[in-house]
Amino acid sequence: MSEVKYSKEHEWIKLDGEEATIGITKHATEMLGDIVFAELPEKGSNVDKDGTAGVVESTKAASDVYTPVSGEVIDTNQMIVDDPSKINEDPEESAWFFKLKIKDKSEMGSLMSKEEYEKFAKETSA
Amino acid sequence: MSIKKTSLNNLHIKYGAKLVEFAGYQMPIQYKDGIIQEHKYTRSHSGIFDVSHMGQLFISGGGDLTNDLEKIFPADLKKLKTNQSKYSFLMNNKGGIQDDLIITKTSDGFLIILNAACKYNDYEVIKSKLDNQYKLNLDESLSLIALQGPEAKNVLNKVIPGCDSLKYMNGNNHVYKNEKVYITRSGYTGEDGFEISIKNSDAETFVENLIENGSKLIGLGARDTLRMEAGLCLYGNDLDNDTSPIEANLKWAIPKSRIETEFVGSEVLKNQFQSGVKKLRVGIKPDSKVIARGNTKIYNDKNQEIGKVTSGTFGPSVEHPIAMGYVDNSYSTVNTKIFLEVRGRKIPANICNLPFYKKNYVKGEINV
Repeated sequence: MSEVKYSKEHEWIKLDGEEATIGITKHATEMLGDIVFAELPEKGSNVDKDGTAGVVESTKAASDVYTPVSGEVIDTNQMIVDDPSKINEDPEESAWFFKLKIKDKSEMGSLMSKEEYEKFAKETSA
Repeated sequence: MSIKKTSLNNLHIKYGAKLVEFAGYQMPIQYKDGIIQEHKYTRSHSGIFDVSHMGQLFISGGGDLTNDLEKIFPADLKKLKTNQSKYSFLMNNKGGIQDDLIITKTSDGFLIILNAACKYNDYEVIKSKLDNQYKLNLDESLSLIALQGPEAKNVLNKVIPGCDSLKYMNGNNHVYKNEKVYITRSGYTGEDGFEISIKNSDAETFVENLIENGSKLIGLGARDTLRMEAGLCLYGNDLDNDTSPIEANLKWAIPKSRIETEFVGSEVLKNQFQSGVKKLRVGIKPDSKVIARGNTKIYNDKNQEIGKVTSGTFGPSVEHPIAMGYVDNSYSTVNTKIFLEVRGRKIPANICNLPFYKKNYVKGEINV
């Protein structure tokens, strides 16, 4: 069974064995507004927990996308680069950002559950 | 200082606005539809903009007001007919722009529409330059509503019949619910449209009437993308105290008849007319989908810094990133290749013509 966790930077991460799929939360897209640009890490590159691993831009501003865990980038989602509005439409499913081969599963421990994240999102946006 | 609210604040909340502070006012950045939909609705139908935060300065009184105002503004006010409007500037002695504004000749003086962030300072500057001879009224009992888009005239005509006969950059008195409203055919979106000056107490009902007739409230976010596509400047971003109208590529707004005459900043301007300027505002189109925002540095192909971006976004109607900024004059020719430094990388771009989106103004036609 896959496990979904959430970061304070509003990323979600789904872990299937060694493979982690990462995207931004619906709450994040609602704060950003219409997304018009997405930049993803290079396939084959290594990213470090809490480091920058991409950029999204709305009509208003640019925001960094961070990776909640360390690992090697094994896939990126070209669909959201070609049509960034897909991120607003389906942020937590088809509009994932990148997949990592996770380096250290213990890094998942510091992340939030769905309930914890929802509470966090509600408190920080109030 | 506490944050101010316009007379439409409750309406903004009712229609789901996301509110932000802008120039000391609580203003809607967007409503439920979001910036892109709001932008497109304005281009295809019509949009309502609360611009009540802007200053409405009425100047009247004896003496030679027209002549005294010409000593301040570089507009040809003597030629202005009653109810006619002109785009002009309040400059400093260095020719820098303190504010960009619209002057309209009214039956008993002039109405000047000022930017929200500049209005109180403008008032003091203008008042002191007029030696307190005239009556100045920065009227905060009035709201200002812009209605913009191809359907603006039909929508407004249903609420205030007869306003569709106004010509572009002209105004007139009309009546709404037995009260006087002043309407000009103008705007800042690149679309045909109107600006309606109306009593605060009538503003909410008036806007509801516009909505009943098919228009929608549009936030400041879309106002910004619309004006950028139309190649129009935002004071504070694209214009400031260190930039002259010539450098801002707004030479068209200084009539030839005024170049040899005196006004605040005239010496610097005259000099710039004769000898040219070092930097010039240009349109910029990035080759890729990367957006270059304000303060992005601009380089030439030899990696030398040649200027900076002052406004940049994604243009929803042109479906491409767009920007404007200032470059060294020798790089201002259309199709010059430049590079924009975004997140440490040099992104290729081209100098291009403004506007990005073709204007759709009504020029002097009546009842079309």
